[in-house]
Amino acid sequence: MTDKPAAKPKPDPKAKGLDPATEAAWSRVQLARHPDRPHPLDYIRGIFTDFVELHGDRAFGDDAALIGGLARLDERTVLVLGHQKGANTKENVARSFGMPQPEGYRKALRLMRHAEKFGFPVVTFIDTPGASPGLQSEERGMALAIADDLLAMLTLRVPVVAVVIGEGGSGGALALGLADRILMLENAIYSVASPEAAATILWRNAAHAPQAAAAMRISAADLCEFGIADGIIAEPPGGAQTDMPTMVETVGGAIRAALDTLDAEISKRRGGIPTLLKARRAKYMQIGVYTESGTPTRPPAKRAAKNNGRESGDPLPDHATETITAP
Amino acid sequence: MLDFLRHSPKQFTLSEDDKARQREVPDNLWVKCARCKELIYVKEFENALQVCQKCGYHARLSAAERIRQLLDEDSFAEIAAGIGPADPLAFISEGQAYPLKLQETQDKTALLEGVVVGTGTIEGLPVTLAVVDFAFMGGSMGAVYGEKICRAVETAIATRTPLLTVSASGGARMQEGMYSLMQMAKTTAALVELAEAKLPYLSLLTDPCFGGVTASYAVLADVTMAEPGALIGFAGPRVIEQTIRQKLPPGFQTAEFLLTHGMIDLVVPRRELRSLLTRLLRLYAPAEAAAQ
Repeated sequence: MTDKPAAKPKPDPKAKGLDPATEAAWSRVQLARHPDRPHPLDYIRGIFTDFVELHGDRAFGDDAALIGGLARLDERTVLVLGHQKGANTKENVARSFGMPQPEGYRKALRLMRHAEKFGFPVVTFIDTPGASPGLQSEERGMALAIADDLLAMLTLRVPVVAVVIGEGGSGGALALGLADRILMLENAIYSVASPEAAATILWRNAAHAPQAAAAMRISAADLCEFGIADGIIAEPPGGAQTDMPTMVETVGGAIRAALDTLDAEISKRRGGIPTLLKARRAKYMQIGVYTESGTPTRPPAKRAAKNNGRESGDPLPDHATETITAP
Repeated sequence: MLDFLRHSPKQFTLSEDDKARQREVPDNLWVKCARCKELIYVKEFENALQVCQKCGYHARLSAAERIRQLLDEDSFAEIAAGIGPADPLAFISEGQAYPLKLQETQDKTALLEGVVVGTGTIEGLPVTLAVVDFAFMGGSMGAVYGEKICRAVETAIATRTPLLTVSASGGARMQEGMYSLMQMAKTTAALVELAEAKLPYLSLLTDPCFGGVTASYAVLADVTMAEPGALIGFAGPRVIEQTIRQKLPPGFQTAEFLLTHGMIDLVVPRRELRSLLTRLLRLYAPAEAAAQ
């Protein structure tokens, strides 16, 4: 698949003289971006069978940075989507470093509706620095393309599992990320902006990216603590790139387990799919920490059960998360 | 640590804010247009809804000014006024703790946070309104922003009134990390419920509007409008220039650019806004009558 082995990342001058916590956060960023980490197509080929990639948004073009298609996972047909980074420079240029254009997000929307039509669960692999900034992306409505995906994922009448496998960068990652189960690889990161962008805004200097990475709390454990991610998938010692077969197998097991659980929830609950959708929306409507009349609080847990007559916030129950290890 | 948040909510009501604004220009009879530098007589500028009569520049409005311009006099009733920011990440950048930054901004703007929500009427027609004040940390979307949009949606559903949002934002509130990014999901989830209740949602994008706000609730309206000349987009112009290493063409990411590229329904001059909203609200009235 790859033309030549990718170069090992050079020692980062930014990492010099950092305190241990900042250094740990920054080395995790480096691991999450490691060029040898498995990419969506590695997982798709390793976990699923009969993959048929489907192309194009039917309006403007096809985007190699966001791939999708149908595949078989045991007895299920599933729709898979993912941000596809390249394994080397040449591939990265072709795939725009995993940074989609609006047509990538519109292809994702088309394929999600396709999955809904046939009742196929959706599995997404998240790994992008962010949506591609540029003249063309603005002309073709990047903001709308992302917003439409968010809206679609909150109304999609099939189970959705999202796996953050590397770098979850901002709105461009979120557009594939509104799911019933969000799993993160142990060394994956998920952030509101890249550490470099945040450092530019808050430190006025991109060289402070390590400090921004630590301050923003972007690790899998952080996201679980915030009630955003639902589980952590353990990586081989040294990171996912050190033992790809084990990593792929572990992720496959986690996806199977998540889909089994969701199927069980759908058939057990009287509401079926509508209950699943309600729970999916309720999860997002409960995210946030603020103060009300000076008292720290969170949005009410019962919000989605009835959408009026609000009382002040009951504290959220402790968010249940799991760690998934290699079989 | 949270002492700074224990202001009396009264301190942040609109009338106080108005007074603060008036104090800023007690003796200045003239203002300078931010775009063409023309000197304009203050009263004339106010009568023109803060639009430069020479070059058409639409000045940025505070939430209080926007509400006064849009709604019938004394019809605004604020809701969720006591919701203020927290510091869930214990965030510190460049040696400054986020709570201190918040306090500075609160003192400067006399606002508890950057979004003001409430109910009111336009030509007697009821609406639920959410207005962003760009002066509060660049209208950045954090947990309070998202929660207040949610409260506005819930009020619209409870009172069966159309929702109107007036947005201006530089993007996500970095200091709240992933909580901020997730407000894109949260506000969108609220809109799903508004849509299920079959209530109309009108969105006005004002200068400037970027990032997560533009890529979520603000463009998911039944009718999306923008003020003339407003800069609107996903990525900021500076980020794009740095990426493509060339200057952006004139007019790029303006309201007019968005209209030409099919992204919004209307570009609405400020003096026509109230009459347009009145017409729209009347047009949606039969749908509500049928739903009852």
